Amino acid sequence: MSNINNQLLRFTTAGSVDDGKSTLIGRLLYDSKSIFEDQLAAVEASSAKKGFDYVDLSLLTDGLKSEREQGITIDVAYRYFATPRRKFIIADTPGHIQYTRNMVTGASTANLALILIDARKGLVEQTYRHSFIASLLKIPHIIVCVNKMDLVEYDQSVYDRIVAEYKAFSAKLEVSDIQFVPISALAGDNVVNRSEAMHWYQGATLLHMLESVHIESDHNHIDSRFPVQYVVRPQSKEHHDFRGYAGRVAGGIFRPGDDVTVLPSGFQSKVKAIHLGNALLEEAFAPMSVTLTLEDEIDISRGDIIAKPNNQPQAEQDIDLMLCWMNQRPVNLNTKLYIRHTSREVRGVLKEIQYKLDINSLHRVENVEQLGMNDIARVKIRTAQPLLIDSYRKNRITGSVILVDESTNETVAAGMIV
Amino acid sequence: MSNPYYLSHLKELEAEAIFVIREVVAQFEKPALLFSGGKDSIVLAYLSRKAFAPARIPFPLVHIDTGHNFPETMEYRDWLVNELGVKLIVGSVQESIDKGRAREETGINASRNALQTVTLLDTIEQHKFDAAMGGARRDEEKARAKERFFSHRDEFGQWDPKNQRPELWNLFNGRKHIGEHFRVFPISNWTEMDVWQYIYSENIPIPTLYLSHEREVIERDGALLSTSPWLKLKPGEIPMKRIVRFRTCGDMPITGAVESFADTVEKIIEEVAASRKTERGTRADDKRSETAMEDRKKSGYF
Repeated sequence: MSNINNQLLRFTTAGSVDDGKSTLIGRLLYDSKSIFEDQLAAVEASSAKKGFDYVDLSLLTDGLKSEREQGITIDVAYRYFATPRRKFIIADTPGHIQYTRNMVTGASTANLALILIDARKGLVEQTYRHSFIASLLKIPHIIVCVNKMDLVEYDQSVYDRIVAEYKAFSAKLEVSDIQFVPISALAGDNVVNRSEAMHWYQGATLLHMLESVHIESDHNHIDSRFPVQYVVRPQSKEHHDFRGYAGRVAGGIFRPGDDVTVLPSGFQSKVKAIHLGNALLEEAFAPMSVTLTLEDEIDISRGDIIAKPNNQPQAEQDIDLMLCWMNQRPVNLNTKLYIRHTSREVRGVLKEIQYKLDINSLHRVENVEQLGMNDIARVKIRTAQPLLIDSYRKNRITGSVILVDESTNETVAAGMIV
Repeated sequence: MSNPYYLSHLKELEAEAIFVIREVVAQFEKPALLFSGGKDSIVLAYLSRKAFAPARIPFPLVHIDTGHNFPETMEYRDWLVNELGVKLIVGSVQESIDKGRAREETGINASRNALQTVTLLDTIEQHKFDAAMGGARRDEEKARAKERFFSHRDEFGQWDPKNQRPELWNLFNGRKHIGEHFRVFPISNWTEMDVWQYIYSENIPIPTLYLSHEREVIERDGALLSTSPWLKLKPGEIPMKRIVRFRTCGDMPITGAVESFADTVEKIIEEVAASRKTERGTRADDKRSETAMEDRKKSGYF
């Protein structure tokens, strides 16, 4: 029977129409037998209708009518495949500069980023942009695929030169785990099956890397954080006094008997029990969803954070962020917005734009008063009430926020706490 | 596994779904769970129980009843409602037709599938539901691959694929204007295989339709359709007995069966692993055009 204890790896891909991203995804899905006959038949029919003499695997991933009409991907699409070792979720994002927001969205939940480089072209603007966003969003692992090796006669020196150039560039990025693999997505070299044409390459195939990259340490299991989502009160005869705090562990480990501090009140108590359904658990760690009960009756509500007495998040009203603006309407200084952080929402105001980043050159542009769609900037936000924060570097959950427009209710920006 | 602090893919998907279900209850005033009787909404109901235990599920199940259901689905629905101790609200397509709100399709492949949209939107409005959870998954169909967990609908219940809110980390934005509502899909990231593995590992009872049984069927356009009072036979179509099971549970006249001897969940998992056709490949409603699902979703379908 298929393995029910697989691990889950979420990865993001980014690329433009011609660097072979769709072909690579098609290849992964096809060679891992995740494309079904009726899906393939539909794609074959569409390819024929367009007059192609080959099966255009990109039609598998370009979902919406409006996109197929334009031949471009306008949004993040999620794809799924599984091997006997892992289940994979691909956040497939378009690579144009105007789609920075989609890349940021896809990267926010990813363990790993796949970066594609065309072997004929080497590092281009897009390579820098994708890599920078991966590092900004603190994706723990990067795999750089040097693609289209078939078009450079599988030449090792071409590959070596690109790897050296990427290593020199990535030394400036904060990504600790970078692997490289020479592939041809079209011919299938080193994607799922080992290449017969590149005996000089001794490393693993792409799929093997995806199956074996060490993701056990991607969650924070040190700094205990439990944002309270909802208070469970059965108010039945059987559970008359039950008062449980439902939430998803955002960091660290909780066990019955642990001393805890509830924030912002500062009240101390001990974990009484950890519930999930009818079961009592011995421990809860990120990213588990559980219900905690405490030894003492304390007033706790949604938005509070349960932490440990000697390790607490900071309560702050002036918050430094790296911000990605995602809305067509630009934002000016002193604009008021809603800020969503864990299970809490407060009002705030954009107080300061310290600089905007040119994400191709990484140069800082100062004296900016307005941010537009896809801009990335270092800003200061002042909130009406304190938020209980960690730096994004320390915790991707308690270190992230989204900003919401007060009148349209749209999600207009993503922020990483500095 | 080397590191004890790591979840299996099923446990991680479960944790994600429970988080989303709890977010719905925390962020909305009047949520509901759209219950079709199919395996995905069954899993959603069981996840909801887990999310709030030992309290009861704090929202009703809503069943949009086409009147063309498999009897097994209705039997299971009533059993489950009793088992979970949850309230059931039924929106009737027949009633929408009687009131003149919807018009019955005619012709040989007539179904009430598309009519459900009218009844669904009417039921949402009548009960003032501001969030309707469903068991749709992104792997089911191309138009669903870009759906959000929290999917915003305007006051006409419509979905605008070009104007969706970006969704980052675990931060779900359920803010809305009066009259608007949300569709929420807690098992977005699950595949058909994940659903079956979860049913197996949690020992969740399922309707007998999913298990291999003998049934009277006809063959039409490569699909095996169950005979029923609502299925009009074309000339030359002869009912025959076959050993079949269903991979999805939709409207009875359009849901195709597959020939199968899988009579346990374990055998179903083996069958799904070996299958080379998608589960919706047996659904006549998706075959109407290349963008059938996208078009229905825009107008407010599930």
